[in-house]
Amino acid sequence: MTQLSTAKEPTAEQIESLQLYKQMGVSDHEFELICSFLGRKPNYTEIGVFSVMWSEHCAYKNSKPILSRFPTTGERVLVGPGEGAGIVDIGDNQAVVFKIESHNHPSAVEPFQGAATGVGGIIRDIFSMGARPIALLNSLRFGNLENDRVKYLFEHVVSGIAGYGNCIGIPTVGGEVMFDESYEGNPLVNAMCVGLIDHEDIQKGIAKGIGNPVYYVGPATGRDGIHGATFASEELNEDSDSKRPSVQVGDPFMEKLVMEACLELIQSGIVLGIQDMGAAGLTCSSAEMASKAGNGMELYLDQVPQREEGMTPYEMMLSESQERMLFVIEEQHEDQAKAIFAKWGLDCPKVGKVTDDGNLTLIHHGEKVAEMPVSALVDECPVYEKPSQVPAYYQESESFDSTKYEEIQDLNEALERILASPTVASKEWVYHQYDYMVRTNTAIHPGSDAAVVAIEGSNKALAMTTDCNGRYVYLDPYVGGKIAVSEAARNVVCSGAEPLAITDNLNFGSPEKPEIFWQLEQAADGVSQACESLSTPVIGGNVSLYNENANGAIYPTPVIGMVGLVHDVNHMTTQSFKTAGDVIYVLGETKAELGGSEFQHVVFGKTEGRPPELDLQKEKALQAAVLHMIQSGWINSAHDCSEGGLATAIAESCISGGIGAAVEVDMDLRHDIAMFSESQSRIVLSIQPEWQTQFETYMSETNVPWQNIGEVGGEQLQVKKQHEVIIDASVSRLTAIWKEAIPAKMRGEQS
Amino acid sequence: MHVAVLVFPGSNCDVDCYKAVEQTMEQPVSYVWHDKDDLTAYDGIIIPGGFSYGDYLRSGSIARFAPVMSALVKAAEEGKWILGICNGFQILLEAGLLPGAMLKNENLKFQCFQSTLTVENNQTVFTSDYEHQEKITIPIAHGEGNYYCDPQTLAQLEQHNQIVFRYADHNPNGSVDHIAGICNKQGNVLGMMPHPERAIHDWLGSADGRRMFTSILKAWREHHDTVINS
Amino acid sequence: MINARVYVTIKQSVLDPQGNAVQNSLHSMGFKEVEKVRVGKFLEIKLDTVDRQEAEKRVRDMCEQLLANTVIEDYRFELEGL
Repeated sequence: MTQLSTAKEPTAEQIESLQLYKQMGVSDHEFELICSFLGRKPNYTEIGVFSVMWSEHCAYKNSKPILSRFPTTGERVLVGPGEGAGIVDIGDNQAVVFKIESHNHPSAVEPFQGAATGVGGIIRDIFSMGARPIALLNSLRFGNLENDRVKYLFEHVVSGIAGYGNCIGIPTVGGEVMFDESYEGNPLVNAMCVGLIDHEDIQKGIAKGIGNPVYYVGPATGRDGIHGATFASEELNEDSDSKRPSVQVGDPFMEKLVMEACLELIQSGIVLGIQDMGAAGLTCSSAEMASKAGNGMELYLDQVPQREEGMTPYEMMLSESQERMLFVIEEQHEDQAKAIFAKWGLDCPKVGKVTDDGNLTLIHHGEKVAEMPVSALVDECPVYEKPSQVPAYYQESESFDSTKYEEIQDLNEALERILASPTVASKEWVYHQYDYMVRTNTAIHPGSDAAVVAIEGSNKALAMTTDCNGRYVYLDPYVGGKIAVSEAARNVVCSGAEPLAITDNLNFGSPEKPEIFWQLEQAADGVSQACESLSTPVIGGNVSLYNENANGAIYPTPVIGMVGLVHDVNHMTTQSFKTAGDVIYVLGETKAELGGSEFQHVVFGKTEGRPPELDLQKEKALQAAVLHMIQSGWINSAHDCSEGGLATAIAESCISGGIGAAVEVDMDLRHDIAMFSESQSRIVLSIQPEWQTQFETYMSETNVPWQNIGEVGGEQLQVKKQHEVIIDASVSRLTAIWKEAIPAKMRGEQS
Repeated sequence: MHVAVLVFPGSNCDVDCYKAVEQTMEQPVSYVWHDKDDLTAYDGIIIPGGFSYGDYLRSGSIARFAPVMSALVKAAEEGKWILGICNGFQILLEAGLLPGAMLKNENLKFQCFQSTLTVENNQTVFTSDYEHQEKITIPIAHGEGNYYCDPQTLAQLEQHNQIVFRYADHNPNGSVDHIAGICNKQGNVLGMMPHPERAIHDWLGSADGRRMFTSILKAWREHHDTVINS
Repeated sequence: MINARVYVTIKQSVLDPQGNAVQNSLHSMGFKEVEKVRVGKFLEIKLDTVDRQEAEKRVRDMCEQLLANTVIEDYRFELEGL
């Protein structure tokens, strides 16, 4: 292999003798493997390319054994994991495309750009499949909002998301934001994009046809984001701030042009393969496209548009400059492609060709500067079965009875404190910064159980949500994993939709720690089990490991992004109480379960004990019953009981409906536990009195427990239990507390 | 009546405006690309919202130099009806077709929610289907909607009844005199920050925006009848 | 080559929301001596000319037509021979 003319770069000998590969995250064992695949020592460009292709971010070397447990097939699944995004059939020759992806580490060091480019990246994953992106969601986790650094991160992550999504004109319709000390210094920023596609337009990232040219579209390549994929696969520490150059800068205007042009190109029918340059940029896209076709690829680096002078092959291959795509067409269609891009003010230089030798070959200044077998880059990264160990805290919590706390008497005050907790409080401060209406299809706005986006030209709609309670997952990763999927499905059902499939984002600490690896295995098993039961296969996702801060790992947080199909827009349902006189029911059973609850955290400052139990058969029966009744037209509102329990769920239905409720529950539990236990598989419904008979007859035939608990109306939320008034508060006061909590904290006021 | 929806690189409410015309006016509507220099075929022209040219430098500042803008200026002079929404309003200001300029929202944040407007002038072709002083619900979605003009200009706007919409109870951006939309002296060019095209069905949250489109159609029909009968 | 350095700021008579935000933030950080902050834009423009007088006229035109909106903004610039 030609030694690089750039004298500044270390030689192959120096890389080996000084073990420079270690700085790139390549182990001794991996280095030996690379040498044997090449039959020689790698030069600087080659070791750089291997290091990113063999990073956790690209190769899933630590998480592959975990991911293989997920159920990934189903009648409706058209494309499963492995492509840019998964695809599910929704009938009428249409399909929904969606995926979630993390940008945690970049957001921790440069929150605005980190979050913005996270959004940009996930949008490219969707349109590179040929789909028109129709909605965005975000799942965010931050530390305690009293902390100034946390406020800074929160403020800038939100404006970064807004800055990108608003400009490109894709509505940000939902998601979730939670706050817990566990995420201090290591926020989670997971972005999800949902797209629509006609079956015949589905694209794959494949370099088809020996001799076909490879084209590049998008802005010029700069030195930004070099080693971003490796960065994402390391723990954050004090040096992380000095890694700032790894963070890329987003240009949503450019992405809008690239997106429109690529969709037009795809519509023209001439594209053979297309893929975005995401993590590990040109390296990953070229190697993966060649690998999927079983071909090789030759890249002419002098043809790659360059933003800076004197860029080396190493820098060009590893750059993570944003908004770039790679595609393959037949040479005869070049003029047609050029014309489409010119219309959008873009160029598409030819930067390579598909070859038959199975190598990724790089040509620079007329010399061959790197030659690596594609299969070694894409498929041969060693997979590690990490040791796993049950953590000590888990064994302790098994015997911990979290109901032994002293009984809280003032439940009005407790409810107010929970409503003022940033995790439960109104997120208007966040979503009023997002354009959630553009494209004029958003039927259920942010703030209800799931957002609903109408499908243009049909009577159908898509419900979408992201969910995960990291506290439950921490206390019991298996149960917490089941709950994450079940809650997402419950939210989708409450909006009137049939759950279709999920995308997951596994945010965990360092897999080198056996306790963390155990969390990962257990949570994945819980997610898998719930997906099996609820018939919602995993169609793609993302893994983000090494989420650690000075105090250790974050709570294990397998975020679930779920999409459901509303078969008839008349089924769309929100959480808000609608009309005075409507009858309120709670479905499901309330048990003494405070472990991991918001009540436990807010009132006692603890997260300990056992999380709520979850029986998947009961969950399934509950969801089937509620969906049936929504589709029958009996239900005026439906709201999942989650953080803050029954009292909070009823209060939220009152607040969003601007109306009170008189409730009386009959439960053999301590008052505070009855109100704030977070028992799973519960839904609060309101129905018009005229449907009461049908409703009660139907429910009696199911195995789902149900209770008539009162009536919508008035301006007070009053809750009685065994004839005693235990909560009595004006809805306007609760509304003010709930709405003002986050804005007040952001203004720096003391709570 | 034939309506044009202008499209600049970065426009993103073009589709919504197109759909709104189809669904409320049921009249022919066409996208017109920024590089066209002729708008003679159209009776009404909508400049949609979005981030033309990324809104880099200042919102609307680069779009005003697009070829289609000379045709737009000509159409305005000919008395054709021109409606600029959000970024479209910003472009009209930058192009000098309406007086004043836009600043960043007072709280420096992009703001998107339903806003309540007061119809201050229902004597325009765009607002005749509303009552004078009627309160209507139309959403906003902008980061730079803080309308500014100097006191003399404001006095002139008042004097010629050019303030068409004001924010009713809550001014979301800090605009001068709570201004949400203004028209030119002749009344044929209207710019507004709120998005009537997003308020055309109850399921979108409000249908109050429909009447802007029906007002325009009504005016066109009256005008058309007059032309035929004269 | 002439290098033009253009400064665009919000007019004194016009409220500058960004300037106010920065000012408040500096005060809360303890920089009490800060009396006024105005936030503006800074542009660097390389001109392929050696004619200083011509460059001055051209840059002024650029400012008037595009770089500043004189309804709300002031501008000034410096020219530097390279």
